[in-house]
Amino acid sequence: MYLYDKYDQAMVDARVEEFRDQARRRLEGKLTEDQFKPLRLMNGLYLQLHAYMLRVAIPYGTLNGAQMHALADIADKYDRGYGHFTTRQNIQYNWIKLEEAADLLSDLAKVEMHAIQTSGNCIRNISSDHFAGAAADELVDPRPYAELLRQWSSFHPEFSYLPRKFKIAVIASDKDRAAMRLHDIGIRIVQNEAGEPGAAFYVGGGMGRTPMIAPCIREFVPLDQLVTYSEACLRVYNRYGRRDNKYKARIKILVHELGAEEYTRQVEEEFAHLQQQGIEPPLAELERLKTYFADPPFDDGPKTVDRSDPDFALWVDRNTIRHKHDAHVSAVISLKPIGGIPGDASADQMHLMAELAKQYSFDELRVMHTQNIVLPHVRIADLPALWARLDEAGLGAPNLDTIEDIIACPGLDYCSLANARSIPVAQKISERFSANGKTAALGELKLKISGCINACGHHHAGHIGILGVDKKGVENYQLLLGGSEAEDVALGKITGPGFSEDGIVDAVETAADVYLRERSDGERFLDTYRRIGIDPFKEALYG
Amino acid sequence: MAEIIRFRDDEPVDHPAVTVDSFLDQSNANAVRVEPGDDARALIPHLAQLHLVEVNFPAFGDGRGYSSARVLREAGYDGELRAVGDVLVDQVAYMKRCGFDSFEPDTTLDPDTLGAALARWPEVYQSAADTRQPIWSKRHA
Repeated sequence: MYLYDKYDQAMVDARVEEFRDQARRRLEGKLTEDQFKPLRLMNGLYLQLHAYMLRVAIPYGTLNGAQMHALADIADKYDRGYGHFTTRQNIQYNWIKLEEAADLLSDLAKVEMHAIQTSGNCIRNISSDHFAGAAADELVDPRPYAELLRQWSSFHPEFSYLPRKFKIAVIASDKDRAAMRLHDIGIRIVQNEAGEPGAAFYVGGGMGRTPMIAPCIREFVPLDQLVTYSEACLRVYNRYGRRDNKYKARIKILVHELGAEEYTRQVEEEFAHLQQQGIEPPLAELERLKTYFADPPFDDGPKTVDRSDPDFALWVDRNTIRHKHDAHVSAVISLKPIGGIPGDASADQMHLMAELAKQYSFDELRVMHTQNIVLPHVRIADLPALWARLDEAGLGAPNLDTIEDIIACPGLDYCSLANARSIPVAQKISERFSANGKTAALGELKLKISGCINACGHHHAGHIGILGVDKKGVENYQLLLGGSEAEDVALGKITGPGFSEDGIVDAVETAADVYLRERSDGERFLDTYRRIGIDPFKEALYG
Repeated sequence: MAEIIRFRDDEPVDHPAVTVDSFLDQSNANAVRVEPGDDARALIPHLAQLHLVEVNFPAFGDGRGYSSARVLREAGYDGELRAVGDVLVDQVAYMKRCGFDSFEPDTTLDPDTLGAALARWPEVYQSAADTRQPIWSKRHA
């Protein structure tokens, strides 16, 4: 994985001192809260319902054991002994004191981490495929490209006061494990007909209150123009993105209002201009970055394992993923225990995951946008020992991509924007399906819950989505069906009137039962929904 | 009105800037003020005539002026480029990188804080409208 050189370290250290100075001026009253707000946001510090929340960047979700240990130490030292892994492949802490935030950032900088641009109207942490460098189906490892753009977008002088936040995802596979087309810019590394590598640019996707799927605005940008093309996309947005209404300020609205064709024309015009400006790093820089993402020394070993323990076999079937090296798998550590808070991990659990990464996965971990943790490179021979340690620590839930593997935003338990609680709904659903035994029969079923229309819980993209709203002071939950964030990207449709907190749990089970009744061989929930449409579900829910 | 902070040695223009619209309407003015909604590219055919371009920031969170400044520098404008309005100390370093070389903030900037802010960044990651050498360039010098 990427390691800082003296330049990267100097920049992160400077940022800590800048923030320390800004926080001091705020505490002394020299900065108003309005003036301080964008500064603290660009360091990941939000004011939540009960305290400050600090979001730490985990670039493209990759971290090493020492970094995971440091995240655990921070949970103990500055928070209440736990952290929350997010849909942006980051971690956030919910109980931070402003007075201590600079010290926290300083601790992060010691392990080459930061909270730069994890919030605010700027280019956010760049996300990627959580199986990058391990997946059998990838063209190349997308992370060097993500790192190139991370550096370009860090402290960008022109694009730090954009109309609204800006999220970029980079993938390099036909399989989309990063919700690429639901980003402001989605980049897919591709090969053209001549076999040369380049990047397809999808611009103007997003969730939020107006979900949009990004159109492809250019099928092939040569690798030595990635930064320049990105700069052109951002400049057109900075110039014309709406600033009169924060709910219409994302680039998706601009692309929609101008039309993809006109937006593209303007980007191409700006791109032609910027190509004369010499702003592109040389390909040698990309080659330098690639060396950090070279394969670890995989060794040949057994390709099968003793499956006589049924609990272990179930975990292997559900939570391990085929690897490009056939004596290895990627193993997913579920942060979705039955009745637990999706994405939460205690300091002890983080320490354990760090140790296991060192012992079994070449000291590397990934954060999934589905709020789980991956050990990307595990020898098949090591799986029984790994599973035993996970199971003992309550981290062995065999539920990847099942109805128990729920994405949920923090909701009204923490968030000042929320209209309804998300976490208790997730807890009740996982308890319900664990108790009724239907999880296995349902197979792949991605359920996502947001506590308000900002859609941090990705409800638009769930096979089943739940949106919490406030209905005359009472929490009410709408049900959506048919969304997908994957390569078959689609936006879910609302079934009809909403439900109470308990009613939504029943409604999910009703929808699941329609699928179990109607499915053909081999169909996932989403496939059946697409074949039969929403009406049979409505009939069962409201009929 | 606070004092003007200049990072140039030439004599300042001593008369008020006109709006982009009135400038383009056959004005002989050599000072113009760009508002956030103006397209700075409209000035490009007239850069030789201009000695001062003011870019107004009515609110510091509206970042259109950063692009306006850089566009003018990229087009070869080498006259004074002044950020005016809600210009705060924590934005000045980025403004300088976008090509601004003078500042007329609504509220006076504390000189020590300003000095610290401008000295803050040991390196830069991107090529912009200043002369600083990006990190990638140093790595492959």
